[in-house]
Amino acid sequence: MSSPILIDNVQKVFKTPGGDVVALKDINLTIQPGEFVCLLGPSGCGKSTLLNAVAGFQPPSDGQIVIAQKTIRSPGPDRGMVFQEYALFPWMTVGQNIAFGLEVQKKEKAEIDLVVNQLLDLLHLKDFRDRFPKDLSGGMRQRVAIARVLALDSPIMLMDEPFGALDALTRRNLQDELLRIWEKLGKTILFVTHSIEESIYLADRIVVMTYRPGTVKRDQVVDMPRPRDPASPAFNDLKRELGRLVMEEQQRHADAEMKLAAVD
Amino acid sequence: MHKIKDFAQGALVPVLVLILWEACSRAGLFSAVVMPAPSAVAAKWWAYLLPAQAQEAGQSWLAWAFSGELLHDAYSSLYRVIAGFLIGAGLALPLGLLMGANTRIYALFNPLMQILRPIPPIAYIPLAILWFGLGNPPSFFLIAIGAFFPVLMNTIAGVRQVDGIYLRAARNLGVGQWTMFTRVILPAATPYILAGVRIGIGTAFIVVIVSEMIAVNDGLGFRILEAREFMWSDKIIAGMITIGLLGLAIDTAVSRLNNHLLRWHRGLEH
Ligand SMILES: Nc1ncnc2c1ncn2[C@@H]1O[C@H](COP(=O)(O)OP(=O)(O)OP(=O)(O)O)[C@@H](O)[C@H]1O
Ligand SMILES: [Mg+2]
Repeated sequence: MSSPILIDNVQKVFKTPGGDVVALKDINLTIQPGEFVCLLGPSGCGKSTLLNAVAGFQPPSDGQIVIAQKTIRSPGPDRGMVFQEYALFPWMTVGQNIAFGLEVQKKEKAEIDLVVNQLLDLLHLKDFRDRFPKDLSGGMRQRVAIARVLALDSPIMLMDEPFGALDALTRRNLQDELLRIWEKLGKTILFVTHSIEESIYLADRIVVMTYRPGTVKRDQVVDMPRPRDPASPAFNDLKRELGRLVMEEQQRHADAEMKLAAVD
Repeated sequence: MHKIKDFAQGALVPVLVLILWEACSRAGLFSAVVMPAPSAVAAKWWAYLLPAQAQEAGQSWLAWAFSGELLHDAYSSLYRVIAGFLIGAGLALPLGLLMGANTRIYALFNPLMQILRPIPPIAYIPLAILWFGLGNPPSFFLIAIGAFFPVLMNTIAGVRQVDGIYLRAARNLGVGQWTMFTRVILPAATPYILAGVRIGIGTAFIVVIVSEMIAVNDGLGFRILEAREFMWSDKIIAGMITIGLLGLAIDTAVSRLNNHLLRWHRGLEH
C-alpha cells in the first residue's frame, strides 16, 4: 500500500537580484495515505513552491520530503500532478493525452486502450476522445488533465489550483467528481487552493499558510460528513474562522506590496 | 454565389490589364520582339505545354502527354527544389533542435551560423561550380543553402519558446530525454518549424531558377535564359508565367500541409 508523505523541516529560499526570498520556512507535515489535504493561503505564500517540492520539480533548499523511505529529488509517476493551466499537450487528442503516460511506461497497446476507455467513462469524456484540447471547454480540459494523471495510477495526486480558472458551476461539478473519484480510488490528494470554501468543501484537513516566510499557520481537521452543505452553520463557522486567518496573511501581503511600491 | 462574385472581383484588374496590353500590341505601340501580345504569349505557352512530337509506337499515352517541354522543365525544377530543400532542411532541423535545446551547442555553433547566414546563396555560385562542376549537384548545393537558414533559425526559436509547463507535465509523466525530444519538444515547436519550412521553400524556389541559369540545360530557369538568346520574348514570358504558377502550386501545397499538421493549433483560423 501507499505510504505517507513526510515533509520534514522544509525550507526554500529563492536567490533573486533583489535579495533572498524565503518562500518556505520550517514546514513540518505528515500526510497520511488516502488523506485529502488542502493547502490554503493568499497569493505568494508558497503553496505552489511546497507542491513543486513534493512533485520533485524544485527540491527544497533545506530539509527533506520523504515518501516510502525515499527522499524526493525528481518528479516521478508515483506523484501525478494536475496543473492550474491544464498543461494538456495541445498536439495530442484527448485519448492520446490520457494514453501518453502509459506509452512512456511501455505498456501493452491493449492494456492502454482498456485503461483509456475506463478513464473516458469515469470522467464522462467518451464523446471527446478524438478531439484536440483547443476544442474543449476549461472544465473538460481539466477532466482530461485529471484522467491523464489517473492513468498513471499513482497513489498520490498533487493539484495546484486545478479549478481556479473555472466558473462556479463547473467548479462545483468538478469538485464533486473529484470527491467521487477520490472515494472510489483511495488516492492521497494534496490540493492547493486560495478558496476557503473550496478547501472546506473538499478536505479532510486544511493547512493554512502564512505569507513570507511561508510557514504553517494552522493545521485544521475538517470533521464534517460528506457531502458537505456550504449553507450549514458548521461550514460557515469554519469558513469565518479560516477567513480571519487568511485575511491576516492577505493583509501582510498587501502591506509588503505597499512597502515595495514605496521603495520604487 | 459569393464565390462567383469574389472570383469576378479578383479577375477584374488582371483582365483589364490583359485587354489594355493586347490593345496596345495590336495598335503597334510596342515591338513584338520586345513585348509580345498576350495572345501570342498564350499561344506560345500552349505550344510549350503540348508534346513536341507525335505519339510514337509503343509509347504510352501518359508518357506522350507529359513529353512536352514545359512539363519536363517544370518537373526538373520541382525535382531540384525538393531534393535541395530536403538536403538543406534535413541538416537544419537536427542542428536547430540541438542548438535550441542545448545552450552549450548553441554557443559553439551560433557564431559560425551568424557569419554564414547573411551570405546570399547566389554568392556561392562560383564555389558551387568549382566544387560540384555542372549538372544537378551545384543546384542542390545552392538550394540547400537557401533552405538551410530559414529552417535552422525557426527551429532554434521554436525549441526555445516551448512552454516550460509542457516539459514539467511530461517529466511528471516519467518521460525520458528521447521521448521528451520527439513527442514533446518537436511537436511543440512545429508551428515555428513549419513557418521556417514555408520561407525555406520560397527561398529554394528563387534559388532554383537562378541556379538553372548557370549549370544545367533544362528547367524553367534555363528555358527562359535560352529563349532570350533567340529573342523569343513570348517564350520568356510564357516561362515566367509557368514559374509563377509552379511557385503558387508549391506554396499552396505547403500551406495545405501546414493546416493539416497544425490542425491542433489554436492560432489557426480554418
Ligand atoms: N523562481 C522563483 N524565483 C524567485 N522567487 C520566487 C520563485 N518562485 C516563487 N517565488 C516567490 O516565492 C513566493 C511563493 O511563491 P508561490 O508561487 O509558491 O506562491 P503561491 O502561494 O503558489 O501563490 P499563488 O496563489 O499566486 O500561486 C512568492 O513570493 C514568489 O514571489
Ligand atoms: Mg501558485
